[in-house]
Amino acid sequence: MRKLERLAINDEGFIFDPETGNSYTVNKTGLFIIKLLKEGKSEEEIVKALSEKFDVSEEDARRDLVDFIEQLRLYGLLEGENV
Amino acid sequence: MKEAYEKPVILKLKTGMMNKFGSSPAYIRKVRKEIDGVPVEELVEKFGSPLFVFSEKKLRQKFREVKNAFTLRYPNVEFSWSYKTNYLDAICAVLHQEGETAEVVSEFEYEKARRLGVPGNQIIYNGPYKPYDSLVTAVKEGARINIDHFEEIADLERVADELGVKPRVGIRLNMDTGIHPQWSRFGFNLESGQALDAVKRIASGGKLELVGLHCHIGTFILDPHAYEVEVKKMVDFAYKVEDQFGFKIEYLDIGGGFPSKNRLKGIYLPPEVAVPSVDEFAERVCSALLSSLRPGDYPKLILESGRAIVDEAGYLITTVHAAKRLPSGLKAYVLDAGVNILFTAFWYKFNVEIDREVHGTSEPCVLYGPLCMNIDVVDDLTYLPPLPRGTRLILSPVGAYNVTQWMQFIRYRPAVVLIGENGEVDLIREAEDLTDIVRREKLPERLKLEW
Repeated sequence: MRKLERLAINDEGFIFDPETGNSYTVNKTGLFIIKLLKEGKSEEEIVKALSEKFDVSEEDARRDLVDFIEQLRLYGLLEGENV
Repeated sequence: MKEAYEKPVILKLKTGMMNKFGSSPAYIRKVRKEIDGVPVEELVEKFGSPLFVFSEKKLRQKFREVKNAFTLRYPNVEFSWSYKTNYLDAICAVLHQEGETAEVVSEFEYEKARRLGVPGNQIIYNGPYKPYDSLVTAVKEGARINIDHFEEIADLERVADELGVKPRVGIRLNMDTGIHPQWSRFGFNLESGQALDAVKRIASGGKLELVGLHCHIGTFILDPHAYEVEVKKMVDFAYKVEDQFGFKIEYLDIGGGFPSKNRLKGIYLPPEVAVPSVDEFAERVCSALLSSLRPGDYPKLILESGRAIVDEAGYLITTVHAAKRLPSGLKAYVLDAGVNILFTAFWYKFNVEIDREVHGTSEPCVLYGPLCMNIDVVDDLTYLPPLPRGTRLILSPVGAYNVTQWMQFIRYRPAVVLIGENGEVDLIREAEDLTDIVRREKLPERLKLEW
């Protein structure tokens, strides 16, 4: 099972990692991205989804997504295969 | 209708890391859209970024605060502007208008003060290195000279012979006032008897008139008691000199070193708590004077305060050029201003404000300057919300020492503006360009390139 799928995530953006016991909070945008990542969406699809749902350009969304994925990886919440 | 966008953020939750002062850094943000009523964006559009901005209102206000604190407590006080702290013409002119004389520590600063129109007798000439020619000029023009070492006594006696006058001079003392580090490299040591030897030497030469004592105990002194000790020791020594040698000590120059509301690295408490008010310093100094001076004797008290007056009047506007994520997980921003123009970043942690509301929780981040040098760190840890490229940061206080110690290194030095009391904005130093840097270079004919 992939790491992301093991995480307990509630609607408010509270995340619990049963493997390590660590917890995290994400904001609304972060939660939106994580949900799409869990569905196995590609980076490009996520960028498009972000710019359709939120008031943000594709360019800005792409830059922020790269940074956000980097953060997930640093926290060990994402394996290489996801991206 | 699309939803409002917020940069995606994930924060690891930690327990047991509460902030002692009760405010969570995750939600604090300090927004400053204007300086003295002038929009930050308007300043940058007109003068570029980075940009040093000085507030004339704040400068005059700080000076008057310091002036009132001392003049209310002692009848004979002179304030002398420490040129090295900030010798931009416009800044000096404001303070001279307020009644400050000029305190200079080199022939360059002396010339700069004279060029600005300060009469020689309104200049105090300090410093360990005073070239002979500058001593001749200073004596001719009636500047007050505070002697740093025995060599300088000999130099001044030569000047006296050359000009056929008896220069009125002061000597600089260093002493133990109970603070560390004790500054001992300037002037003559009091406790060892060296200072008394210097007086003997001056008296035996018979060519100089000793009229003043000077001392500067250190910088960013947070202990007002140190000044009390300094003043008492100076008064005791003055009377010793008067009684034994017949000189009349007309002034006691206690130097500067008063702190601004800046945050010295390594000091845990915020400056509002750690830095004593100017009134506390004034109270200590003046009551020490009044309690140790003989009845009816009020020698001039001279203060050379620099940082305490100008630091808080200076701001630096800088722009976020890029954001990146470090392998440690820490967020990093690349700014267009670094330690090349913010020399004091090595010792002080500035107040960081942003020019707009940014949504999202704050995260720990590091602020890097634009130099391709590992040491170029403006702030090694601060909390900011996720900043989009182009966000302006307003750093303060930066009015002291930065625009004198800045370097032309890798990049050009930026413009400096002064916001007047009625909101007028004047350019007081233009941004540099290539011509400023190559003006004094010479390329030998044989090295001319032909591509």
